[in-house]
Amino acid sequence: MIPELGLFSLILALPVALCTGVLSLLGAQRGRPAWIALARPGSVALAFLVGVAYLCLTWAFVQNDFSVLYVARQSSSSLPIVYRVAGVWGGHEGSLLLWLLMLTGWAALVRFYSRALPDGLRARVLGVLCLVAAGFLLFILLTSNPFLRLIPGAAEGRELNPMLQDPGLVIHPPLLYMGYVGFSVAYAFAVAALMSGQLDAAWARWSRPWTLAAWVFLTLGIAVGSWWAYYELGWGGWWFWDPVENASFMPWLAGTALIHSLTVTEKRGSFKNWTALLAVSTFSLSLLGTFLVRSGVLTSVHAFASDPARGVFILAFLVAVIGASLLLFVWRAPRMGLGGRFALVSRESLLLANNFLLVVATSAVLLGTLYPLIVDALDVGKISVGAPYFNAVFVPIMLPLLFLIGVGPFARWKQASAAEIARRLRWTLALAIVLPIPLYSFFEVELIGRRPLLNLSLMLALWIFLSAGRHFIQQVRATQGGGSFIAAALKQPLHFWGMHIAHVGVAVFVAGVAIVGAYEAEKSVKMAPGDTVGINHYRFRFLGVQSIEGPNYQALRGEMALLENDRVERRLFPEKRFYHRSAMPMTEAAIDAGLWRDVYVVLDEPIDRERPDDEWVVRIYVKPLVDWIWGGAFLMALGGLLALLDRRYRIRRRAPIQEIRV
Amino acid sequence: MKARHQRLLLVLAALAALGLIVALVFSALKENVAFFHSPADIAAGKAPENKLFRVGGLVEAGSLERQEDGVTVRFVVTDNIARVPVHYKGILPNLFSEGKGVVAQGRLAEDGVFVAQKVLAKHDENYMPPEAAQALQAAHEAGIGNRTMNPSDPGFLEKK
Repeated sequence: MIPELGLFSLILALPVALCTGVLSLLGAQRGRPAWIALARPGSVALAFLVGVAYLCLTWAFVQNDFSVLYVARQSSSSLPIVYRVAGVWGGHEGSLLLWLLMLTGWAALVRFYSRALPDGLRARVLGVLCLVAAGFLLFILLTSNPFLRLIPGAAEGRELNPMLQDPGLVIHPPLLYMGYVGFSVAYAFAVAALMSGQLDAAWARWSRPWTLAAWVFLTLGIAVGSWWAYYELGWGGWWFWDPVENASFMPWLAGTALIHSLTVTEKRGSFKNWTALLAVSTFSLSLLGTFLVRSGVLTSVHAFASDPARGVFILAFLVAVIGASLLLFVWRAPRMGLGGRFALVSRESLLLANNFLLVVATSAVLLGTLYPLIVDALDVGKISVGAPYFNAVFVPIMLPLLFLIGVGPFARWKQASAAEIARRLRWTLALAIVLPIPLYSFFEVELIGRRPLLNLSLMLALWIFLSAGRHFIQQVRATQGGGSFIAAALKQPLHFWGMHIAHVGVAVFVAGVAIVGAYEAEKSVKMAPGDTVGINHYRFRFLGVQSIEGPNYQALRGEMALLENDRVERRLFPEKRFYHRSAMPMTEAAIDAGLWRDVYVVLDEPIDRERPDDEWVVRIYVKPLVDWIWGGAFLMALGGLLALLDRRYRIRRRAPIQEIRV
Repeated sequence: MKARHQRLLLVLAALAALGLIVALVFSALKENVAFFHSPADIAAGKAPENKLFRVGGLVEAGSLERQEDGVTVRFVVTDNIARVPVHYKGILPNLFSEGKGVVAQGRLAEDGVFVAQKVLAKHDENYMPPEAAQALQAAHEAGIGNRTMNPSDPGFLEKK
C-alpha cells in the first residue's frame, strides 16, 4: 500500500510541476500577477509530493518490503539499518529519485530565501526549476519507476553491492547530488535573466550565493568520493580519471570558473554574457554527467544496469535543455551590452585568464571522457583513454592557473600596474623558490632539479600560501587604524576570509598531491606469520590471520604490527571479507592515518587458499601528506562557505542594488 | 598602448595559448589511447607490436599460476578461438577468477606473451567487461564458441 502511495504521489507531482513551470513562466512574460503567484505554492507542493514519494521508498527499504522489485534487488533483511536507509540511493531508480528530491528541495529553498527578488524574476527562476523537475519526473515514471512491484514478492532481497556497504555511501552521493543539482539554481537564474533581459549586476549578486552553495557541496562530495575510493578500493589511489569521476569533476571545473566570473559581473558589470553561458554550461555538464553515469554507456563502479531506453531519454532531455537555453542565449545575449571596460593588466583580465584556463581544462577532460564513445559510435574500434592522457594534459594547464592565484588578489579592478604588483610580490616569489630546498632533505636526499614537476608544484603551493598571507596582512594593516591586528582581521568581510582560505586550500592540496606522488612507497610481499618487512624507516610484523563473523559477512582478519625500535607502535587489522548473499569477496584496507603520513595495509591473497592461517601476499603503502589532498579540498569548501555567508548576501527586503559605474 | 591594441594583444595571447594546448591535447591523446583486440585478432597478427592495447575474454580454467614471489601471476585469456598467455605483476582485482571475464591492458612481447600493466575484472557478479563480452560474442557469431559461452544469454554467468 505504501509503495502505491509513493507512486501516486510521484504521478501527481508531474502535472503540478508542468503547470507551475509553464504558468509561472508565461505569467512573468505577460505580466499576469495571478499566474506569477502560482510559482510559490506550486514549487512547495512539488517538493512535498516528491518528499512523500521518497519517504515511501525509504519505508519500503526499512520494512524489508521485497515485493518491491527495486528493494528486492538492492537490499536484504540482514543489511544493517543505516545501509537500508542509504541503500535507497544505491541503485539507478533510487538515485534518480534522490536527484529529483534535491532538485525540488533547492526550488523550495529558493522560494523561501528569495523575498528580496522581484516577483517576476522569482516566478521565472522557480518556473525553470519546475520544468527541469518535470523532465526528471517523466524520466523516472517512464523508464525507471522505483515502486515497481515484484509478483510474487521475494522472500529475501539480493543484498546491496558489498562495495557500497560503507559509511561513504551514506555521505558521498547526497553531498555530490546537492552540488550537481544545486547548479540548476544558477542555471535557472541565468535563464530567467536572459528571458527578462535583465542580465545585470543584481542578477549576479542574487545568483552568487546559490552558486557558491552548490560549489561547496560539489567540492565536499568529490572529496568524500575520492577518500572513499582511496580506502575502499584497496589500491591506495585517490583519483583514477575514471569517466564517472570526470563526470563530477567537469561541472566542478566549470563551476569554479563560474564563481569567479560572477564576481566580475557583480562588481564591474562585465562578462555578463560569458557568465550566463558558463551557468548554462555548468548545469549542462551536470546533466551530461548524469547521462554518462546512468545510461550505462560508460562502465564503472557507478554504472548500474543499463537500458537503452534510458540513455535515449536522457540524451533527448539533454539536447532539449542545452538546445533551448543556447537558443535563448543566442536570441537574447547580443542585447545585453558589454559592461565596464578594463585594461590589459587588471583584476578583470586575470580572472578572464582563470576562466580561460578552467574552461580549456574542462574541454580537455570532456574530450578524453567522450573520445572512446565517439570512436565507438563511428565504429572505428574500441579504445580507452587512460590516466596518462589526463595527467599529461591537465597538469600543464593548471600550472599557470596556480601561479595566477597568487597574483590575482594584488591586481586592482579596471586598471592595475604590472610594475607595482611585481614590486609587492618579488620577495614572496623569491621565498617561494628558495624555501622548498631545505624541505627536500626532510623527506629524502634528492638532487634538486631531478624532479622538475615536484619542485615546481611545491614552489607554486608555497607561492599561493605566502602571497595569500601577504595580501591578508596588507589588507588588515590598511584597515587597522590604531586597533590591534587581530581585531582588525576579525572585522574583515567574510568573503575576503573565504577567498584566502579557499586559495590556501588549493596550496595544501597541491602540496599533498606533489609529495604523495613523488615519495609514496609501496611493497607487495609474501609474509608468513611472524615475518617482518621494512619500508623507509617503518617496520611491519605480520602476526597472522583470524576468522571473524560480521553482521552479513564472514571475514579473514589479519593483524599487522607497526614497529618502532622493536616496540609495537600500532596494530593494523586489514580484512578480506566474503559477503554471504552476494558471495562477493571484498578487500578492506587498514589505514593508520596521520597529518604527515598514512600507513596503508592490504591483505591480498593467501598463497594457499586451503590454508588461510599461513602465508599471505600483503601490500603495504606509506603515503606522506596524502591526507592534505582531502584537507585542501575541505579548506576550499570552507572558504566557499564563508564567502557565501558574507553580509552582503544576507536577505534584505527589496534592498537597493548599487548602480554600477562604468 | 591604446585600448584597441591591448585587446588585440589579449586575443592573440589567448589564441597562442589555445594553439599550444590543442597541440598538447592531440599529442597526449595519440600516445595514450589503447585499442582493444580480441585473442583471435592477436592470433591473426592484427595486434600492434610494442604499443599499448587491451585484450579481453575469459580467464581459461586451470590456467592461473602464481610465481614463487606470490605477486607475479600467469594466466591465459581466451575467446574460444585463440588463447593468449598473460604475464602480470601487480594487484589482481577482487573479482578476478578462472572462468570469468577479464580485460588486461599492456603490450605484446616478442615471444607472444602479453605483458599486462593493468588487469580489470567485473564490478559485481552480474557484470562482465563489455569488451570481453563483445570478443566472446564475436567468436560465438563466427560459430566457434559453444552455446553456453554466449554472454548475451542471461544464464551465462551462473553456468560458468
